[in-house]
Amino acid sequence: MKQRKLVVISAGLSQPSSTRLLADQLSASAVRAAGLLGVTLDVQVVELRDLAHEITDNMLTGFAPASLKQAQEAVTAADALITVSPVFSASYSGLFKSFFDVLDKDALIDKPVLLAATAGTARHSLVLEHALRPLFSYLRAAIIPTSVFAASDDWGANSVEGPLRGRIERAAAELAREVERREPAVVTDPFALTANFEDMLKNL
Amino acid sequence: MQFGIFSVSDITTDPTNGRTPTEAQRIKDIVTIAKHAEEVGLDVFALGEHHNEPFFSSSPTTTLAYIAAQTSTLQLSTATTLITTNDPVKIAEDFAMLQHLADGRVDLTLGRGNTGPVYPWFGKDIRAGIPLAIENYALLNKLWREHTVDWQGKFRTPLQGFTSTPRPLDDVPPFVWHGSIRSPEIAEQAAYYGDGFFANHIFWPASHTKQMVGLYRQRFEHYGHGSADQAIVGLGGQVFLNKNSQDAVKQFRPYFDNAPVYGHGPSLEDFTSQTPLTVGSPQEVIDKTLGFREYVGDYQRQLFLLDHAGLPVKTVLEQLDLLGAEVVPVLRKEFAALKPAHVPDAPTHASLVAARAAAAEKKEEVTA
Repeated sequence: MKQRKLVVISAGLSQPSSTRLLADQLSASAVRAAGLLGVTLDVQVVELRDLAHEITDNMLTGFAPASLKQAQEAVTAADALITVSPVFSASYSGLFKSFFDVLDKDALIDKPVLLAATAGTARHSLVLEHALRPLFSYLRAAIIPTSVFAASDDWGANSVEGPLRGRIERAAAELAREVERREPAVVTDPFALTANFEDMLKNL
Repeated sequence: MQFGIFSVSDITTDPTNGRTPTEAQRIKDIVTIAKHAEEVGLDVFALGEHHNEPFFSSSPTTTLAYIAAQTSTLQLSTATTLITTNDPVKIAEDFAMLQHLADGRVDLTLGRGNTGPVYPWFGKDIRAGIPLAIENYALLNKLWREHTVDWQGKFRTPLQGFTSTPRPLDDVPPFVWHGSIRSPEIAEQAAYYGDGFFANHIFWPASHTKQMVGLYRQRFEHYGHGSADQAIVGLGGQVFLNKNSQDAVKQFRPYFDNAPVYGHGPSLEDFTSQTPLTVGSPQEVIDKTLGFREYVGDYQRQLFLLDHAGLPVKTVLEQLDLLGAEVVPVLRKEFAALKPAHVPDAPTHASLVAARAAAAEKKEEVTA
């Protein structure tokens, strides 16, 4: 079995949170789907609520406090991400965006990312396409074709084996295939020296 | 080891009483502060350069020359001199001039400046910050070492048969430190020339400073200037002192909470644990400062930031009294006891003149 790292980012605020519920279902499905392909996924969940102060501090001071730094390092070293935001004012939440605002802009390059969002009504479902997808396109992530949206309706009594379950399985299977066919993530140090001085002088 | 203070020259409203000093007052205060640094036994005063409000220090060499005239031992430096937006020809001239007036008590710290809007005011682009720093310093270095210079580069008009005047005092250029918060290229530049590396240190965690200084030391050795532990390292630091630790915290908190750089962000306690900031008793400052050596090695210069965030000049002078009487004498003794003999002190004009004479003598012996 290959070992790979999956980091799940949940921006839900309440306890319990439907955002976290969707994140957990997606990661459980991804672990199962990857297992069928011979890949063991180690899952780490990052709850952004727990890092809210640190994210603001990072924005103001320019460096990440230790707990946020650990989360950033886990994301950078991950072989795949699942990111789930609640919809606030017709977009991802400010906290969700802020986490990525203070992440190194190269951290997600070519990393498989499954996008998901939750809201009170299905009328917000295109937030995945007009808000989340452009953000992760900018960050040059390898976005999984199927993204998953869950409204309050989807958690209703009759929906356990309904359309949401199908979308979760499909998206998780796509993510698992991306992870399986890739080499493990390589972490580069943004503060490492990449050129010697003679070359810097020559290539002004 | 050298101990001193550095000022960023901010004019900030005192958050405890709403008073803002005038430019005239703040400029006179900085002179008083620098003179007092010498009086309490500190070695270095370094002044920043800014071209935007709320800062006054657009012309550091003017200020430093005025301070030089009223002091006798204080080493005058900068924190930092903008190598990106200044013309290197003017830097060469200004600092050689200052060197003569101050009888050699001058060095300088080069920095890029991270205020985006400033660059275009001087016809430059912040995105070219690193190439500007590299090319401009290459020219500055040449202007101080060669009498007649022919030069062509990317960022300024070419020079033909140009001589920068006055020539450096005794034909020995001022020692140069390269300052950086987060650019490995600048550590590499300092190492390449065998110049000093000054880590800002105060805004980022110790682990980061350790990595940058480690890189500089390793490359200093790579370029043949000596062993890694002989590289010339300076650190920033930030302190607020009171004989009673709790009083220090109480007194400093409103200034911290409203400070222009990190105010309204992390708590004083968080920032203290994450960065070199020490708010407390002289003994606490001594302990934390001695701890810097554990992650950067034996180093040559420690500068503290004291006058900022709206602190009244009276408080700053009291801080200097405490620093000079209770902190620096202990640090001097402790650091000296720990430093191995082969680790050099920070270069001064006298030591650079002596080093040149020694090198010339050695050369003569070889030819004879």
